[in-house]
Amino acid sequence: MLDQSYYRKVDEIIESYGKKSSSLIPIMQDIQEEYRYLPGELLTYVAGQIGITEAKAYSVATFYENFSFEAKGKYVIKVCDGTACHVRKSMPVLEALYKKLGLSKKKKTTDDMMFTVETVSCLGACGLAPTMMVNEDVHPRMTPEKAEEVIEKLRGGGDA
Amino acid sequence: MGVMTIDGRKVSFTNERNVLTIIRKAGIDIPTLCYNPELSIVGDCRLCTCEDDRGRMFATCSEEPRDGMVIFTNTARLRKYRKMIVELLLAAHHRDCTTCVRNGECSLQKLAKRFSVMEVGYDNYKEMHPLDMSSPSIVRDPNKCTLCGNCVRVCSELQGVGALDFAYRGAEAMVIPAFNKTLAETDCVNCGQCRVHCPTGAISIHHNRTEVWDVLYDPNVRVVAQVAPAVRVAIGKEFGFPNGESVMGKIVNALHRMGFDEVYDTTFSADLTIMEESAEFLDRISKGEKLPLLTSCCPAWVKFVKDQYPEFLDNVSTCRSPQGMMSAVVKEYYRDPANNPDGRKTVMVSIMPCTAKKMEAKRPNSFTEGEQDTDYVLTTVELIDMIQTTGIDFANLDPESADVPFGFGSGGGVIFGVTGGVTEAVIRRLMPGHDKLTLQNIAECGVRQDGFIREFSVPYNGMDVKICVASGLAHARTILEQVKSGEKEYHLIEIMACRKGCIMGGGQPYTFGEDSKEARTAGIYRADSETVIKKCDENPMITALYDGLLKGKEHKLLHNEGY
Repeated sequence: MLDQSYYRKVDEIIESYGKKSSSLIPIMQDIQEEYRYLPGELLTYVAGQIGITEAKAYSVATFYENFSFEAKGKYVIKVCDGTACHVRKSMPVLEALYKKLGLSKKKKTTDDMMFTVETVSCLGACGLAPTMMVNEDVHPRMTPEKAEEVIEKLRGGGDA
Repeated sequence: MGVMTIDGRKVSFTNERNVLTIIRKAGIDIPTLCYNPELSIVGDCRLCTCEDDRGRMFATCSEEPRDGMVIFTNTARLRKYRKMIVELLLAAHHRDCTTCVRNGECSLQKLAKRFSVMEVGYDNYKEMHPLDMSSPSIVRDPNKCTLCGNCVRVCSELQGVGALDFAYRGAEAMVIPAFNKTLAETDCVNCGQCRVHCPTGAISIHHNRTEVWDVLYDPNVRVVAQVAPAVRVAIGKEFGFPNGESVMGKIVNALHRMGFDEVYDTTFSADLTIMEESAEFLDRISKGEKLPLLTSCCPAWVKFVKDQYPEFLDNVSTCRSPQGMMSAVVKEYYRDPANNPDGRKTVMVSIMPCTAKKMEAKRPNSFTEGEQDTDYVLTTVELIDMIQTTGIDFANLDPESADVPFGFGSGGGVIFGVTGGVTEAVIRRLMPGHDKLTLQNIAECGVRQDGFIREFSVPYNGMDVKICVASGLAHARTILEQVKSGEKEYHLIEIMACRKGCIMGGGQPYTFGEDSKEARTAGIYRADSETVIKKCDENPMITALYDGLLKGKEHKLLHNEGY
């Protein structure tokens, strides 16, 4: 059960976009922004408030890679696997991160809730391929070694 | 308006919805999995793709008709593509056809045959998912889903429920309830319309055939059947009779041969329902409370009210459904040792056009003295399967009449099978007289008019009784919203969850479409005209029951405490 404060916050978000079905995606984005994930209970609540079925809201939420029903780590690492990054060897970068953090395609977040590793289809920075993002920071021209260094720095509390 | 050329022949058209409809009218059965005239158009399956004279290919379901179009429906290219689509669908399909519930009736299987698919050159990379058996009415098998989306659209567009939707994306896409919950955890009303519109075995009826066979073979059990009105007009087509022809007499004979000890007619308890519901209606009118009265025969509708409009629950009639009344009365009858000299256990099997009745039978208020009134519910489809299992030559059976004392209902009970039937039976009960003119006036008062929402009023005792009859839960939602806002005011609202009523129920054979609607409706009204007694209060078996077994037990056996 989520605390009442979650629902009050969501009410505010819904209020800002209006109770209509077209507000669904911006509302979900704001909730995820706020809590770093999309709690299922809140999605159900939003669906009821804006007048769509729970199944429809779930349909939209699962369609986009960006929404997550599981809490994400403090650092969300997005490894680009678009065509340009892929041919410039983004997969070894991803594998190195998985190995370093003990993660996999199924397990995306470390148990200490520090890191989440996911892939994205394109970051729009093909000239910097292979590209990786840590929260809002772009890391260009990655190699497996550089990726491991980034993790070390973040673990040390540094600003990578 | 215009003329188009289809495969070299001129075809004129007027206001058809799409090119597909015109092609079909021209006598070419264009294949589709995802198109249904009653649903919105999505163009998912691409099977209806055709080609024009410039080589442009398009899905005809989503193509607006234009004057002068030149269309080819069977070019080499199209045949190759259609076959390829079917092959790809088969590749991602759990192909255990010989043991599949839809074996022989599956649209995908038929397409494979039609396009002579002899091998599938692709492996199935799809993850196997467990079956959802949580609902007493419906089984969901995601491994057989073609992602046509019919169930999704039926549930939201026709029924206004939306228990299912697409989830995930691309190769991982599935049709599931939110958060992959089981159906039983959703607002699913158990109507089974998703199953009627599913092209494969992905959604099927939760069968109870095995349990019923077991009791039929048990000598210590008295197995009693009741047969709902809509079953008799839907079963014949499977055995070579014209669509909609009532074959009640043959059903009774077949059931006796299968080992049912007694066969009763649900039209009898439909008469009981009308006796009770009319009395309840007059009582509420005189007190001016809990109006509009909402009918309670349809369990899918009752669940809809409970889940989505709990503020209207008090308006729902407390009458049990005809299924519930029959079972409660029959069980009470055999509780009397005089009627049960050998002390056998009585098992009540109800044969219904409806998947939601399976849920109703398990509702906490479907028990009397701690005993479940209806033990098993078989749908029309399950009964057809069981008759075919026995090898009985159904078509040549002599008709038999149902058994006494619960085997006869009035014409008013028969018409429960169609939308408006309950209301018409109530009006027959309330109106004095039973002459032809009175009955004709009732039939023409508006209760049988076209359309899914019928509004009319009937004069009674100096007042104008305002009535609304609707079928399809999406329409029910519209009406309840109007009543809620004060825009509309009624005294009586009759709702059947399935469009056109029980004849098009979720447990009926797959022959959906306008033909079946018309034929089955006509069949029900014909069965009514052939009945000697038209009004429930003139049914001598009903009056005898009120003077005997029912005395002082009306509330216990015929009403619900609440929902």
